[in-house]
Amino acid sequence: MFVRILIANRGEIACRVIKTCKRLGIETVAVFSEADRNALHVQLADEAHCIGPAPARESYLVVDRILEVAKSSRSEAIHPGYGFLSENPVLSQACLDAGIVFLGPPPEVIRVMGAKDAAKRMAESIDVPVIPGYHGDDQDDATLQNHAQRIGWPCLIKAAAGGGGRGMRRVNDAAEFAQSLAAVRREAKSFFGDDKVIVERFITQPRHIEVQVMGDNFGRYIHLGERDCSIQRRHQKVIEEAPGCGLSDALRSRMRAAALKLASAIEYKGVGTIEFLVDAGRDDEAFYFIEMNTRIQVEHPITEKVFGIDLVEYQFLIAAGEALPPQDRFNASGYAIEARICAEDPSRGYRPTPGLLREFSVPQLSEHLRVDTGFRSGDEISPWYDSLVAKVIVYGESREDAVRKMSDTLARCRINGISSNIPLLISIMENAVYQRTAVDTNFLQTYGDELLTPRQAALG
Amino acid sequence: MAELNVESEITGAVWKITTEIGARAEKGDVLMILESMKMEIPVEATQAGTVVRILVSEGETVSEGQPLVRLSD
Repeated sequence: MFVRILIANRGEIACRVIKTCKRLGIETVAVFSEADRNALHVQLADEAHCIGPAPARESYLVVDRILEVAKSSRSEAIHPGYGFLSENPVLSQACLDAGIVFLGPPPEVIRVMGAKDAAKRMAESIDVPVIPGYHGDDQDDATLQNHAQRIGWPCLIKAAAGGGGRGMRRVNDAAEFAQSLAAVRREAKSFFGDDKVIVERFITQPRHIEVQVMGDNFGRYIHLGERDCSIQRRHQKVIEEAPGCGLSDALRSRMRAAALKLASAIEYKGVGTIEFLVDAGRDDEAFYFIEMNTRIQVEHPITEKVFGIDLVEYQFLIAAGEALPPQDRFNASGYAIEARICAEDPSRGYRPTPGLLREFSVPQLSEHLRVDTGFRSGDEISPWYDSLVAKVIVYGESREDAVRKMSDTLARCRINGISSNIPLLISIMENAVYQRTAVDTNFLQTYGDELLTPRQAALG
Repeated sequence: MAELNVESEITGAVWKITTEIGARAEKGDVLMILESMKMEIPVEATQAGTVVRILVSEGETVSEGQPLVRLSD
């Protein structure tokens, strides 16, 4: 095992990694920007080094500076956390060259899985399903329409060079196709300077379901079940659950098999997540690979709760060359939910609300309640980094039990000085639709007004 | 001639200034883009006018309520 490691991150994930290190007797080296001089992760680590000014591109994203500190502090490994340099092949390569262990995959794996198109082609080549579509060069109107017909209605026409939700249209039937195609081409031309389009199946009720996987150096691949991360705002996860509800055993085992197939095809080493969309609007239990995250994820604690394991510890074990136990040693029980407390105001379009966190307290922690945070009362929530203040993780016997525990816990969290999304999180827990059943990624969009209104009135 | 300051609604940093002195702005035109907590927040002209002063520069940090641009109608 390692004697000393460097953590190339900040906030809750840096603190969380330090916690496991302390338990395992590994010394920790923190890095920080000038804005984080008094941050919790700096105080918790055995030593800490300033790596530059507040903007991340001048500190947390500077590979050379981080490597320099790793060398001078004689750290044997670098844990990248999530975000920042965690999926940057340059850091992975630099570690390789410097003889430092990168607690993540080698650069070539990050390159393959990091580029979404390449990852999808890889998935397709081993018969892992991707969203049915046509991405070809033949842009003839009739060709495109024939492909739409083959894929089925409704379909989605979108700009091949697109992104950010612009230059895309839902087409409900053949009669609408020609007009929509012309419109998307016009938008694609004006937004992206290229009128090439792609045609895909439109997923009416997408659920975001992901499978946690691990791979060791001896060809063993393990899955750790599913997480349902369907409650999102602007593609950012808000609530996550494990093992998730409303998924048949047959669907779960097909998704696990697909995830393991992908992990073994790229000879994945370490912990990673395979993300899928499940189309709840269809009755054939269709699911599609969307991407792989080659790092620890924000929502990893819910998997840790239901399996009773420490995923960061497994990152160390695998990197130190130890073999994973067989699949049947990993057993899940109970139900876990994570809610992300963010410095933002959902009633004002999720506007960020950085500032002085005058008071921040949570109820007594227990085996049913875990809170991962990088902040204490009196800390400044900086505008330079993301808005995550804390992750509240509850564990219950059933989903119903976990939902009730989450609702109670959130109601007893105290946060003063900044606006947060806690009222929205409570509204979600108290929403009848959410309580009754699994929801899809349209949930916050669909019920947004309803979820925000009663709390506003109660506060006003 | 009435002058009016367009103020920042958030605490963050100036990422990109998209207007210049002497430019004519209509109500709702984007004058600059601020960055806060990894989000880009456009600053729009609150009324039509000519940009007479730009009170911040790119990379500078701004706080809520701070004047960013002066418009003259």
